[in-house]
Amino acid sequence: MTWKQLFSSSIGRKFTMGFTGIFLILFLIVHAGLNACIFLNDHGDTFEAAAHFMSHNWIMRFLEIGLFAGLITHIIQGLMLWMQNNKARPVQYQFNQPSKNSKWYSRSMGILGTLLLLFLVMHLSHFYVQTKMSLYGFAPEKTPADGSHNVLFYEMKEVFSHNWIVALYLIGVISLFWHLFHGFQSAFQTLGLHHKKYSPLINKAGLIYAIIICLLFALMPVSMFMGWIA
Amino acid sequence: MEHYHMNLTLKVWRQKNNAAQGKLESYQVKDISSEMSFLEMFDVLNEQLIAEGKEPIAFDHDCREGICGMCSMYINGQAHGPWQKNTTCQLHMRAFKDGDTIVVEPWRSKAFPVIKDLVVDRSSFDRVIQAGGYISVNTGNAVDANAIPIDKKDADDAFMAAACIGCGACVATCKNGSAMLFVGAKVSQLSLLPQGHPERETRVLNMVAQMDKEGFGNCTNTYACEAECPKGISVANIARLNAEFLKAGLKSE
Repeated sequence: MTWKQLFSSSIGRKFTMGFTGIFLILFLIVHAGLNACIFLNDHGDTFEAAAHFMSHNWIMRFLEIGLFAGLITHIIQGLMLWMQNNKARPVQYQFNQPSKNSKWYSRSMGILGTLLLLFLVMHLSHFYVQTKMSLYGFAPEKTPADGSHNVLFYEMKEVFSHNWIVALYLIGVISLFWHLFHGFQSAFQTLGLHHKKYSPLINKAGLIYAIIICLLFALMPVSMFMGWIA
Repeated sequence: MEHYHMNLTLKVWRQKNNAAQGKLESYQVKDISSEMSFLEMFDVLNEQLIAEGKEPIAFDHDCREGICGMCSMYINGQAHGPWQKNTTCQLHMRAFKDGDTIVVEPWRSKAFPVIKDLVVDRSSFDRVIQAGGYISVNTGNAVDANAIPIDKKDADDAFMAAACIGCGACVATCKNGSAMLFVGAKVSQLSLLPQGHPERETRVLNMVAQMDKEGFGNCTNTYACEAECPKGISVANIARLNAEFLKAGLKSE
């Protein structure tokens, strides 16, 4: 079996989804942890130092290539699987009751993923494109009105001062929660781990992980909008 | 349980042949006993249709004991109807009440083309089995059954997987039309036992390749298959299939 045969097979494609999924799950821990520094309420000093460290060393920049590669692979592979799965049932049931045998979020990974992708486009345009443009000298660095050097922190306060953006972020976080809740345990099943002792632990860990990550992410725009963070 | 009679409205998928356009047709059946099986109720309906000079409804059935895997009806939006761990032939009319409307459709999957009405062609499953769902045994005297020691748990797991009757409810139920519960069970029942070891790696690679060729979809772990399987085959078999396939695929040249 060649590499091509392996990764274009049904289980090979599932493996790619699960593997990149776990990689993105790990990334979210770093992302949420780093951003949670804003909750120290030190005018974003710690957060800004951490963000500066992440964007100004080549190891992190190199890992970022891997992050985008993983993300794009996850999206493209997901789309390809979705198209294949649609072809597997050309004539739909006239009457179907899927809620009798499975959870809605497990059947909605494609829709949840699409919502996340739309969210991501907005999110990157808010915080990624501008920072990278100024990092590489394509755009002038924004200077905060209060004269501090915490550019990204200032940017966050600015973006999260609009209630509709906060609402869109909350929709993104809710989509993320259900996507993670199914995706976490699903990834282990796909990688071949199903065990009487371990699977219940993995399911619980997935739920706890999804709650913590999404709660942290939801609190960021909300606390900035409400003015809980100076 | 109290015995009662009921009048029902049936909406049944009628399709002349594979190429024809099908549609749901409505029928009335009267005085159906709650002690009848679902297929017996269909027999009554067919007698009625024949008496009226109409074409009876074609449907698959064989043992009517829940062990052959031949019956295959999608009843009220569920494979084999509303009861758990149950085949269509073992579904009884006490699951319904007087005045109910019941929608009956065939399994819907690209790999299970409709032959007529509720009958689908499941030979794609046979081709998956032919691709590797066997063990090679030399001819001659039968070997002593207890000559090879087998761990009790492995024997139990293999037996549980072997309970699969190949009815196709997993494919019919899965939103992706995936056959991985079936293939997982068939790979597991052999790979767990020493007799299945010589062909362990080629088996899983060939069976998965055939499964993909037949046009089944990809598993997204909704576990609907396990919930609807008349034999309660566990999705642990899908995880085992994944692990067996990845190990064999990475090792193979």
